Amino acid sequence: MQQLFNFFIKNKTFVLFLLLFSCALSLTIQSHEYHRSKFIHSSNQITGSIYGTFYGITQYFNLKKENNLLLEENSQLKKLVFNQEKFVKPDTVLQNSFELFPSLVYKNSFALPNNYLTLNKGRNDRIKEDDGVITSKGIVGIIDKTSSNYSRVISILNTKSRVNVKLKKTSHFGVLSWDGKSPEITQLKDVQGMVKIVVGDTVITSGYSSTFPPNIPVGSIQSFRLNDTEDLYIIDVKLFNDMTNLEHVYIIKNTDINELRALNISDE
Amino acid sequence: MNNIVFINIVRFLGLVLLQVVVCSHINFLGYLNPYVYVLFVLLYPVSNNRLLFIFLSFLLGLSVDMFLDSGGTHAAASVAIAYIRPLCLKFSFGSVYEYHAVKFSNTDFSKRLVYFLILIFIHHFILFSLVIFDQNELLLIFKQTFYSSIFTLLLCLLLSSLFSSKKT
Repeated sequence: MQQLFNFFIKNKTFVLFLLLFSCALSLTIQSHEYHRSKFIHSSNQITGSIYGTFYGITQYFNLKKENNLLLEENSQLKKLVFNQEKFVKPDTVLQNSFELFPSLVYKNSFALPNNYLTLNKGRNDRIKEDDGVITSKGIVGIIDKTSSNYSRVISILNTKSRVNVKLKKTSHFGVLSWDGKSPEITQLKDVQGMVKIVVGDTVITSGYSSTFPPNIPVGSIQSFRLNDTEDLYIIDVKLFNDMTNLEHVYIIKNTDINELRALNISDE
Repeated sequence: MNNIVFINIVRFLGLVLLQVVVCSHINFLGYLNPYVYVLFVLLYPVSNNRLLFIFLSFLLGLSVDMFLDSGGTHAAASVAIAYIRPLCLKFSFGSVYEYHAVKFSNTDFSKRLVYFLILIFIHHFILFSLVIFDQNELLLIFKQTFYSSIFTLLLCLLLSSLFSSKKT
């Protein structure tokens, strides 16, 4: 026993190093698993408020561009309202089951294999995990962590992200993921090999998951190829969103999510 | 003595803020970011308590991790270079180190360059291996390590000479 203590005292630096290093390693491995990083994430009070302070300064640099984006969106919405009577009214039950919350992006990254965003809305604003995040142009990601005033989003530019989407023309669906290379291009997988695909076609959300409502634009097809077994397509999708420059986003909340979950559980 | 403690506290906070607010949003050529917070580990006074030093490095990495949502990758890399720093000091400064007389602002530029280069390279290699975490992407790891190291090295040399207190 005495010798054991002596050994520890003699090598105390090494022991401390090993301890801290394995601590850091376990945190790393934990963060590589989906939905697992418990303590070290950027949606807590300290990091959120610091990002918020500096956001107050940096937002001025983008004012002009953001203004243009908002104007563009406004005019599009106005157009929709003015042409309202010409359209058949969409299903009102479906329409009212989604709520929108505007929010600001405090932190964004796109150069790593696993990217996250930090938003300035949290549990106090009724934001929950698994709510979707979009801009006026397309989808951004899914919320995976919330604190009382901030929340963290798994960007679609994250190798762990999976979103259910479909082709606008033919309604064939697949899963949108990312290979970690270019921040402009994501991969659509699991589309049946017999489907006819045209470069330039639009990809939209399918509405099969409870996170996103159907028909939100995602991107356009840039190129496609068959996978190794030659029965499924791998399609490169060019995103409509510029993921490297996000500021104003909307959080989509599905008010029927509990009902849908209950249905799914009873099914299993 | 108090002065040194104060300087190091300011350096710690300043570098973390600089890292998360400015340096991680540069994205030069799409993916290159400098990691200047390693400067704290590089310039920490030599003669002090090693246990405290390793622990502080861990804390430094962990606070950067918290901001950048990177798990524990920065913490692991920082702890590793904090632990092997004495070896590296001996290699680059030779006998001066034996007397604990190294003052970074008084050393030769070439020696300081070698010292910075080795530690920054090791730090970045561990960091990117853990961030990418895929043995099939070894080439990508080396590429990122190489370019980011150059970027970080330049900034570290600039910052350290900008804030050095050498009076001529």
